[in-house]
Amino acid sequence: MDIQENKSTLNVVPRNDDKIKKIWKTALILLAITTAEFVMAFTMPRGIILYVLFMALTIWKAKYIMMEFMHLGDEVKPMIYSILVPIVFLFWLIIVLIKEGSDIFSLRWF
Amino acid sequence: MSAHSTAIGVSSKRGVWGGGNEPLKASYGKLMMWFFLLSDIFTFAAFLITYLSIRVSYPAYAGPAKEFVGSNEYWPIPELVFDAIPFVHGVHAPLVFVGLMTFILIASSVTMVLAVEAGHRNDRNDVVKWMLWTLLGGITFLSCQAWEWNHFIHGSEAGAVLNYINGISQNVTETVFGANLLVNEYGPASFANLFFFITGFHGFHVTIGVVLLFMVFYQAAVGVYDRRGHYEMVEKVGLYWHFVDLVWVFVFTLFYLI
Repeated sequence: MDIQENKSTLNVVPRNDDKIKKIWKTALILLAITTAEFVMAFTMPRGIILYVLFMALTIWKAKYIMMEFMHLGDEVKPMIYSILVPIVFLFWLIIVLIKEGSDIFSLRWF
Repeated sequence: MSAHSTAIGVSSKRGVWGGGNEPLKASYGKLMMWFFLLSDIFTFAAFLITYLSIRVSYPAYAGPAKEFVGSNEYWPIPELVFDAIPFVHGVHAPLVFVGLMTFILIASSVTMVLAVEAGHRNDRNDVVKWMLWTLLGGITFLSCQAWEWNHFIHGSEAGAVLNYINGISQNVTETVFGANLLVNEYGPASFANLFFFITGFHGFHVTIGVVLLFMVFYQAAVGVYDRRGHYEMVEKVGLYWHFVDLVWVFVFTLFYLI
């Protein structure tokens, strides 16, 4: 092989505009959600409703990143579940530790 | 190697459990990257859930935002702590800089997925182009974070008068400037500790990511992947880079918004 020329030996497939369009569309959605969160942080009163909305929007963003950008949505079902099912245990941890934290709050301040 | 070339010559019709097939239809490298990222999800989750837990154990600042002063008695409002932007002194610009950082990281995630897409098409020029953009985004993000840390550590000019236990177990009341692991002018000690450890651990991941991005950029440019016959490395490093972005999305929400 001629090293100096350093040319591709693989067949270059032409761009598929639909795929690239989908990537930019996903990007736009992510930017829109982030902007919405940013606006909400300054316009809505702080409280549990705002926090739940923030978490919902964040998980929504995470879904787009994992499914579209990381192509997890294109994998086979067992693969998708072997990644997503273990994460379910985290919801238990979140509930338990928030409860624990608020109990410490009560003990410390009342 | 195909199943037909094995020494024992097993039938190609054997079932899922017969070995020699890919039940998850993904290569070894991609699978291992996914399971590594799953373990990393748990690490970051431990950090962020600890943050939530400690956060709810302190009272939130309840007074009007204009009169906010840092104190270790209550948790600060993040938008009043992170309100500075580089090159402009004394301007109150809440969350603007960290918002910019978030946009930069999401943008670099987009250019990364475009590089992965180019890799699927064996298009070396496009891979190199998008890898360079991603690399640039990563380095910019790291530089922003360096500034953010610098500002957080040095603090405001006014500081805050705090009563706290110092390093040699004395109870002192003094004006505190900036932040360290023992005391900080913004809120309870855990606030700065969590900030340093969570954004620090994330920044460490970004640093590793930038090194990997450079490696892929270089190897793609000199034609290593062409000779190898596939661009899977772009995909694997892409997974890691998207994960870094994914974590930041949660850090942004939990640390800066809530």
